[in-house]
Amino acid sequence: MADSRTVMPRHPLPWAWIGMAAAVIPLLLVLASGLRRDPRALPSPLVGRLAPPFDLQLFSGGRLRSAELRGRLVVLNFWASWCVPACTDEAPALQTIWEKYRAKGVTVVGVNIQDREAPARAFIQRFGQTFPAGVDPRGLISIDYGVYGVPETYVIDRSGRTVYKYAGAVSEDLLAPVMAPLLKTR
Amino acid sequence: MIRQNLLLAAWMLALTLIASGQEVDPRVRLIASKLRCPVCQNESVADSQSELSAQMRTLIRDRLAAGETEDQIVGYFVSRYGEWILLEPPRQGVLWLVWLAPAVALLGGAALVIAYLRRSVRPRAH
Repeated sequence: MADSRTVMPRHPLPWAWIGMAAAVIPLLLVLASGLRRDPRALPSPLVGRLAPPFDLQLFSGGRLRSAELRGRLVVLNFWASWCVPACTDEAPALQTIWEKYRAKGVTVVGVNIQDREAPARAFIQRFGQTFPAGVDPRGLISIDYGVYGVPETYVIDRSGRTVYKYAGAVSEDLLAPVMAPLLKTR
Repeated sequence: MIRQNLLLAAWMLALTLIASGQEVDPRVRLIASKLRCPVCQNESVADSQSELSAQMRTLIRDRLAAGETEDQIVGYFVSRYGEWILLEPPRQGVLWLVWLAPAVALLGGAALVIAYLRRSVRPRAH
């Protein structure tokens, strides 16, 4: 029995293809630009702006207020004792930077987040860290700085402006070139 | 009786939410559900069990109690984390493309199918 309708050969539909390409190509470009971004290179809206003030409860007792650090270059490091190996990798480097650059006007500050007191104190002792370190029990400082995870490090210039952010373990080789030009300006 | 049952149901729901770590205050939950948990994979601050998300929910609650509006609180998180923190991309500029593309694709696809069927299936000329 013959079908009353017949399938015609496929015709190209140029306008439809052009329309589809016009819709799909820009979308692919948007997605491609998203894929090209390094998810570890976290852009911080704080870089270039005045660093949020903080009032840190120190492990050694007492408090450290950011206002007291004005005029010094601050390496602000967020860490946790359970963050292995990144935090353990960078711990000796932070102490070295503190010892080598302290007299040149650099203060390293450790902010312990999402942690417990006993293992945090044991971590400081294990790596012989002598720079000021304190705890942020409610996460107010870390959220104020837009911290994602540990470790994260900010460099704050003498005028209190955030100039650099790094997610991951820092080293002296990484931070020395960042600090050098900032130490020249008074 | 009905009222008592409703109260009991509400109480049990609240207990379930507390037990599952969910936020009970609907205003806190609404704001937290718009924010991306920074340490999770595609999970909101409302749903995440992470310590950072719990701290963020506490902060939202404190800011609401201090009289801040939803926009102010969301704005605060954007000023700290950038627009990345928003689970939904903002409907502005080139990002409109992301919102409109699915609708355009759907309409375009439908048009393509209709055009194709019209062309390929025709009554036989007698």
